[in-house]
Amino acid sequence: MTETIDEIAIRTEQVSRSYQMGDALVRAVDDVSIAIRSKEFVALLGSSGSGKSTLLNLIAGLDRPTSGAIFAHGRNLAEMSSEDLAQHRSHTIGMVFQAFNLLPRMTLEENVELPLRLAEVERADRAGRVRESVDRVRLAARLTHRPSELSGGEQQRAALARALVNRPTILLADEPTGNLDSATGDAILHLLREINESLGMTIVMVTHDRDRAARFAHRIVTMADGKLIRDGTRP
Amino acid sequence: MKTRDLTELAGRNLREALLRNSLTTLGIAVGVASLVAMLSLGVGLQQLASKRLSRSGLFDAVFVSSRLNQRGFGRPTRPDPATAAPPKVLDAEARQKISVLPDVVEVYPEIRFPTEIQFEGKPFSTTVAGIPASAKSDGAFDGMKGAFFSGPNVDEAILQIEFAKDLSTQPDSLIGKDLTLRYAERQPLPAEPSAGKSKAGADGTTPHSAETDLSPGFSIVPREKIFRVVGVVETEPATGFGGFGRGRLLIPLQVAETLRITQANDLREILRGTSSKGNYDSLTVRVKGPSQVKSVEDAIQAMGFTTFSLLDATKSLRQVFAVFDLLLGIFGSLALAVASLGIINTLVMAILERRREIGILKALGAADRDIRRLFFAEAAVMGLVGGILGVVLGWLIGSALTFGTNVYLRRQELPPIDLSSIPWWMVAGAIGFSVAVSLAAGIYPASRAAKLNPVEALRYE
Repeated sequence: MTETIDEIAIRTEQVSRSYQMGDALVRAVDDVSIAIRSKEFVALLGSSGSGKSTLLNLIAGLDRPTSGAIFAHGRNLAEMSSEDLAQHRSHTIGMVFQAFNLLPRMTLEENVELPLRLAEVERADRAGRVRESVDRVRLAARLTHRPSELSGGEQQRAALARALVNRPTILLADEPTGNLDSATGDAILHLLREINESLGMTIVMVTHDRDRAARFAHRIVTMADGKLIRDGTRP
Repeated sequence: MKTRDLTELAGRNLREALLRNSLTTLGIAVGVASLVAMLSLGVGLQQLASKRLSRSGLFDAVFVSSRLNQRGFGRPTRPDPATAAPPKVLDAEARQKISVLPDVVEVYPEIRFPTEIQFEGKPFSTTVAGIPASAKSDGAFDGMKGAFFSGPNVDEAILQIEFAKDLSTQPDSLIGKDLTLRYAERQPLPAEPSAGKSKAGADGTTPHSAETDLSPGFSIVPREKIFRVVGVVETEPATGFGGFGRGRLLIPLQVAETLRITQANDLREILRGTSSKGNYDSLTVRVKGPSQVKSVEDAIQAMGFTTFSLLDATKSLRQVFAVFDLLLGIFGSLALAVASLGIINTLVMAILERRREIGILKALGAADRDIRRLFFAEAAVMGLVGGILGVVLGWLIGSALTFGTNVYLRRQELPPIDLSSIPWWMVAGAIGFSVAVSLAAGIYPASRAAKLNPVEALRYE
């Protein structure tokens, strides 16, 4: 525990998140403490319902813990106002999802520009930022296409470009290859690795694919029933 | 999010569900239109009524008579006898005093007399009335044929259309022709045969006030004067108090005064021995506006004269129109209330449809406030567009009503009127009201959208 705040990107301390479902109390995340260093590529492994997505949403600031603390670059998300959490999601976090979650009525360019609008980036700077982001995922030729005109792999790359456009320090990926065939999925994971290495971005990826997690991530954290059951760094 | 981005996103969202949003906007437009049409009708009728009434010169006028002559105006004010000034004679001096009171525009006597004219060798009986120069601007002479008197002291006449028809089958052709007015002039008798004033005033140019003759009697001399017809007027301009017979041959008041026409009260004045001072039976005092009538009336009463005005009548008339407007407004607002339910429905539907989109926006960094403002912006745009459309639609309805009414009026051979009136304040007010109602309708959907849990929203398919 000699690491400084700068070196720790994310730290959770005894974080729990429970839901009331009828009479039963469901502990989706149960007393999880974990520290993720800057520039680390962490795979959050677990079967469906293990609580890995809930933990990811807590780190993203989309959800609040029932108890415990979550620190992102030293700031406790549990104590933030909803306004500050929105700022955290806008400036610190980039997110990609299994279902891509592109807005179907907007072109690729407009989808990628959306976080810049929300972050109130000056109009003059936007085109350059969009271009830079789209170039990084190699989709420059598709700027004016709508999501329905893109393949699954292209849509996920577009989502990745959107996640990167605000230059976040942490990239959270929720089953990013879940809707893709294995070759396309591998291409996306190569892209994530490239981003992790060239930009030094911290990546937390939720997956249930142990094989891929082992091939691409630095560290595999396994969850079951809301608890952290194994934490191993790849050799 | 910045306002421009917000507006762009809202506009984009509105365009996406074009049919539903158009129908909602149309609903608002119909609501605003019914409101505007009803209010414009109310305002139009009110303007029509007050224009007609103000043209009659009744509501900015105070009618003054001497308490010595308790006849006439139906309801003379009766001040407390203990405090009231003693009755006074309404003479030139009193007229001068009244004319310098604050807010008094003009003081003129009522000169109207039955007489006979000669036109193309034939006699016609008629009633002649003196018209003050200020009458030109009160609207009664709008749309007249020919022109108003070229000056206050010219021998010119304006004919009332019915009388003009008596003179000629083509009334317009009378303009520019001369007619001869025959009248009875009051000539004072000399007080003393040796005074050498037997001709005083007989030339008809000396004002009454300059009269120095203290004769207790006068003689009546028939006279003739030639007037040139300069105009024909359709309406009947009031020269004094409504209900007192109106003039069919109008001449400038100052000219009428110099004629020294024998008036009805002259005989009574003789008995009082005041006739030679040239007293007035009554005076009409024009005030700047209806709101000043009361103070002027009070001041004149304090001088010892009887006054009467139709101030109370205007008050109750305005009250009637205020209630009328209110009722029309309530009916119009009902339509707008229905329209705002439409907005609420559209926006609530939009939330259900756009749950996922809201979740995505939140994941990308949108704050609750941004989502709320986005929905408000959409509601405001619908309100604005609906409001503008509604005003146009309301104007069309009002114009159609005016058109229909005028077709009917033309068939009845009556002059056309402006039934509906949409002043600028109503345009601005209707659009503002529409936006305000839309925003109010957006409060619930917007706050519901803002509170949406992003995790659940993203899970929603």
